[in-house]
Amino acid sequence: MSSVASPEGDAGAPRAQSRTHSVPWWRSAWFDVVQFVLLLGLIAWFAWRGADAMGYRWQWYRVPGFFYRKVDGAIIWGPLVNGLVVTLEIAAWGLVLTLVIGLVTAILRLSDSLAGRALAVGYLEIVRNTPLLVQVSIFYFVLQPLLGFNNPLWAGIICLGFFEGAFASEVIRGGIMSVVRGQWEAGAAVGLSPSDNYRFVILPQAVPIMLPPMAGVLINLIKHSAVLSFVAVFELTTEARNLIGDTFLSFEVWFVIGIMYLCLTISLSALVAWLERRVRSRG
Amino acid sequence: MNRFVRWAVKIPALVLALTLTGLQGASAGVIEDIQQRGKIIVGLSTFVPWAMRAKSGELIGFEIDVARKLAEDMGVEVEFQPTAFDGIIPALVAKKFDLVITGMALKPKRNLSVNFTRPYAYLKVGMAANKAKAEKDGLKTLKDWNQSKVILTIKRGTAPGETVARLFPQAKLRQFDDDAQALQDVLNGNAHGFLTSEPKPTHYVLDNPNVLYHPFGIAPWDPTASSIAVRKGDPDALNFLDNWILYHELDGWLQQTHDKWFKTRDWKKLVE
Repeated sequence: MSSVASPEGDAGAPRAQSRTHSVPWWRSAWFDVVQFVLLLGLIAWFAWRGADAMGYRWQWYRVPGFFYRKVDGAIIWGPLVNGLVVTLEIAAWGLVLTLVIGLVTAILRLSDSLAGRALAVGYLEIVRNTPLLVQVSIFYFVLQPLLGFNNPLWAGIICLGFFEGAFASEVIRGGIMSVVRGQWEAGAAVGLSPSDNYRFVILPQAVPIMLPPMAGVLINLIKHSAVLSFVAVFELTTEARNLIGDTFLSFEVWFVIGIMYLCLTISLSALVAWLERRVRSRG
Repeated sequence: MNRFVRWAVKIPALVLALTLTGLQGASAGVIEDIQQRGKIIVGLSTFVPWAMRAKSGELIGFEIDVARKLAEDMGVEVEFQPTAFDGIIPALVAKKFDLVITGMALKPKRNLSVNFTRPYAYLKVGMAANKAKAEKDGLKTLKDWNQSKVILTIKRGTAPGETVARLFPQAKLRQFDDDAQALQDVLNGNAHGFLTSEPKPTHYVLDNPNVLYHPFGIAPWDPTASSIAVRKGDPDALNFLDNWILYHELDGWLQQTHDKWFKTRDWKKLVE
């Protein structure tokens, strides 16, 4: 028995292998990997067993037809691709709207004006505390006729922009408030106006802090766009539900849609991670 | 017990447990299942007056009467599972219920996924349209309605979807989860017409005479048959249900019940 205890004690992580004795096999890295693979295998087997016992005839061969068809040499894009394009459109415009509304609300909330603060807080509390589905229905069935326009896509984009804008504004406000008070004063001392102060001193320091939670808000934007299927916007989930209504291949289609949304959100996460690295290296 | 022995016991125990859960006796058919359980589980979707909620909260309607009569004749109880219409066939295939009795129109595409009995009722498709909007856009003939500026609504997955695809392929089609929303779009003037099975268009026009009208008369299109849907691979169920329907056609019960719900609106006081 060694008279010198290992740095982490006997209950420490097996990762740090001290040079005096190696880790027993049940705590080694390869066994961890084996356990993980076994667990995945078990879950997959369980799922396959369940699917088999249902007696469901999987028709995966029909799925590529939902993406595209070749007619007379020309490619006709299927409903899932059309829906994806609309979802990307909603995500792009929704992103712009979210950031604009978020920034404006955050600045209003931090401003000296009582009316500005009251407006920002009122909007924030109303939007954060009502379900998205209720807000979408109100925008589509009540506000559209009241304001006299008839465009489900834009009604949906505006509703999503306002909804996510509330969360974005809190993220932005948190980022701005985390910048040390001294920076504000230094900027004012140098003679910068408040808006120039924001632009050149505060925001560049606040942005790296805001990026991780903002990624969450933007991912939520993409996921919440699925709710727009409730009001017949022709985005991915709507096209999926219409497709299921026609073909009854609910299992195949829902799996594919889940994977498509996952690809979208993971791409967005990767993009934000890259942005974070770039912003940090400028330091 | 050292770690190794514990693992050597855990893994086979886990495998045994999972194997046992996977073992399921083959089903002898849905009629057998119902009799063993003592209860029919019926999937349906609410459509006035096929199935709707009374003021007391219970389900009433033509389909409810049909299901109750079936349960009575089989000597069992009945349980209803209201489901969104576009999810009803997938749910039947996933064994969430025994049968679907919801005024489902017999269509070849659906027949590829489920089996249908002989018809126990018949449906036709009609449209309730917004008078002011149709006038503004000058829509008079079938050809006028078949343009890309025309917006039609239906309930997702229902029979009128094929009517629209056949008669109005150029028009924009918005699909909603529920009749109320699809109608609301037309009442708001955001869509030109709502297609659904009679007698609903007639009811809507009667309820909103200033806003809605029938552009092409009452129930002009696509007569189809309503059948009970069951899972594939079950000839006994199909035989039993076909003959049950034939029996009640002959004794007049089906026609009598259909007339009670569709020819009059006396049941309205139960729902409002």
